[in-house]
Amino acid sequence: MNICIEKGRVLDPKNGLDKVCNIYTSKGFIVSVGRKPTGFEAKKTIDASGQIVMPGLVDLSARLREPGGHGKANIASETKAAAAGGITTLCVPPDTDPIIDTPAVVELIHQRAERSGKAKVFCLGALTHELGSERLAEMYSLKEAGCLGVSNAMVPIKNTEVMRRAMEYAVTCDMTVFIQPEDPWLGGGSMHEGAYSTRMGLPPIPETAETVAIARDLLLIEATGVRAHFMRLSSARSVELIRDARKRGMSVTADVSIHQLHFTDRDVEDYNSLCHVKPPFRHHSDREKLLAGIMDSTITVICSDHQPHDSDKKTAPFSATEPGVSALDLILPMAFQLVDMKGADLNKLILSMTAAPAEILGLESGSLTVDAAADICIFDPEKVWKVTEKSLVSDGKNTPALGWEMKGKVTHTILNGKLVYKNNESK
Amino acid sequence: MTVHKNLQINKEGRLKHFLSTEGLSRELLTEILDNAENFAGVGERAVKKVPLLRGKTIANLFFEPSTRTRTTFELAAKRLSADVLNINIESSATKKGESLLDTLQTLEAMHCDMFVVRHANSGAAHFIASLVSSGVRIVNAGDGRHAHPTQAMLDAFTVRRHKGSFSGLKIAIVGDIMHSRVARSEIHAFNTLGVKELRVIAPKTLIPAYMSALGVKVFHNIDAGLKDVDAVIMLRLQNERMQGALLPSADEFFKMYGLTEKRLENAHPDVMVLHPGPINRGVEIDSDVADGARSVILEQVSYGIAIRMAVMSMCMGGSE
Repeated sequence: MNICIEKGRVLDPKNGLDKVCNIYTSKGFIVSVGRKPTGFEAKKTIDASGQIVMPGLVDLSARLREPGGHGKANIASETKAAAAGGITTLCVPPDTDPIIDTPAVVELIHQRAERSGKAKVFCLGALTHELGSERLAEMYSLKEAGCLGVSNAMVPIKNTEVMRRAMEYAVTCDMTVFIQPEDPWLGGGSMHEGAYSTRMGLPPIPETAETVAIARDLLLIEATGVRAHFMRLSSARSVELIRDARKRGMSVTADVSIHQLHFTDRDVEDYNSLCHVKPPFRHHSDREKLLAGIMDSTITVICSDHQPHDSDKKTAPFSATEPGVSALDLILPMAFQLVDMKGADLNKLILSMTAAPAEILGLESGSLTVDAAADICIFDPEKVWKVTEKSLVSDGKNTPALGWEMKGKVTHTILNGKLVYKNNESK
Repeated sequence: MTVHKNLQINKEGRLKHFLSTEGLSRELLTEILDNAENFAGVGERAVKKVPLLRGKTIANLFFEPSTRTRTTFELAAKRLSADVLNINIESSATKKGESLLDTLQTLEAMHCDMFVVRHANSGAAHFIASLVSSGVRIVNAGDGRHAHPTQAMLDAFTVRRHKGSFSGLKIAIVGDIMHSRVARSEIHAFNTLGVKELRVIAPKTLIPAYMSALGVKVFHNIDAGLKDVDAVIMLRLQNERMQGALLPSADEFFKMYGLTEKRLENAHPDVMVLHPGPINRGVEIDSDVADGARSVILEQVSYGIAIRMAVMSMCMGGSE
């Protein structure tokens, strides 16, 4: 279908584009940005005046709870939420059940995603067999099946020898290793170690739970020459470690989840289980340094770290609840809030949710380049709405942003030239 | 971004639940002490009962084993003429929140008026208070490392009985501060009640991060920490602390931190010694001190009943 998106402010950081113009798509591809191609006849015209037209978001980490989630969230429900959040491509970590350590699981996820047709879904394969941190996973077979990297997800690899060999084997298979840094012994608590954990008597997770793991793995990355990506940084000191490593020319990248840029350990007050997350929300100075890390390109990616839960998983005393935040619906408006609240650079924020994560995954997507797939998100930056369980499309209603007045909403999401989401209230 | 609701207070500013000594005013804490003063005489009468809570049902909901605290709560409830239900639930069976929720719903269906709750998770009493229907009251009998507010109040009561008031007092808490819900509740209570100086004394391994943010002075050396104090509160040292990397041995702990007559010479001449019990003789406290003239450890136990009577009657007395 030929679509013309007219009069929107087109923001395409990868191509350095920020101007009001029209975009034309045909047969699933972008055919022109600006001038109307000769003979182009639009089947559908979207009036994007006053709105921002940007590449569809690429989300580096979203749990869809399928296979294996025993709650109600699944690939169909969560890719629908992704579309409502402006996300056109997302990547699933390997800690599904069964774990993504065989091509069969990868195929299953791809098939279900294709059937849903709401977003492009890719997988990270397991780094070790069953994430058991003892034997290597069949990385080459996983790569053949379409995995874009390997990871041990949230399971720390205690054995340094196993970590070293896994990295070496990943080099052999030419795969990026995705690491969520956590020292298993220091990381056993349930909230950030600080004045609040002391007052509330919750078992603490010190900053060193993250930094010690990063320091160890940086040395192994340097020794093995593997391409590595650190997931979900939470502390200021971690940003410094990554900055230094990048300055030395190491091929390491890092991401942060959108909620780490909004919440701090103070929000855990009153034992709010919606703020139970791993790594934990830390001090507000950590939050500021994480944002600064994005602005100076030490951290190149913001992801949703979407982890939907049924409400009973969050209805218990704090430490007994499951960690994780539902975020597919909210990543984009929450990122935009950083522009208003913190003066963050909008181009950089959008880059960190589009072309930058695509590059880490080895994908071409994340831009509005002519001849690229027409994966487009249209966002109304002025629309004010309230975050409620009902207004969230995801089956996971577990976000500490419940009740917020949110400014900005996705109005249209286009995937391969097809409209996969349209906000009912939009023009 | 979160709105801090004080679950403990009703619209008129009266006590509704008793979950923590934090967030309550000096007036309210003083009122608890004053009421306990009135109840302290009840136990000495021939008929040890007042009819304040006649017809009310109080359930002792203990997810962690306890004899002493549960017994004093039971006695307190009975002296207020309430019906008492003792429910001991193995914490292992309710580690999952779902079953805690289920347990609560079952008990609520029995129309209890008050739950006295002890649970291994910090915040459990808050969690329960936020879920129960509006007529039900919660008294926290200890949640994880977070709070044990009635213990703190009975310690404050004991101190006030001996010293008359709190102003000008220097108080030291010694031992496993890190894991102690008693210490946290005492710190909030004594600071609110207006002591001059509050100290915690322990090795660095047993002091949690940013301790001084709670308004205490931290000492690792007990002799420096005990200098001129008016009261010393010793905490029980659990045996399992010696298993991990927190302490090498009970002997070494006693050598460095055990309370002896000799060490007490540093303190104010009228120093009083408290301990929430049960005591470990020769681990945190020398028998000479525990049984000596400065020890008020047994007094604490009997005051515990009066404090719990005060708290229970106050929580049940107010409106929504």
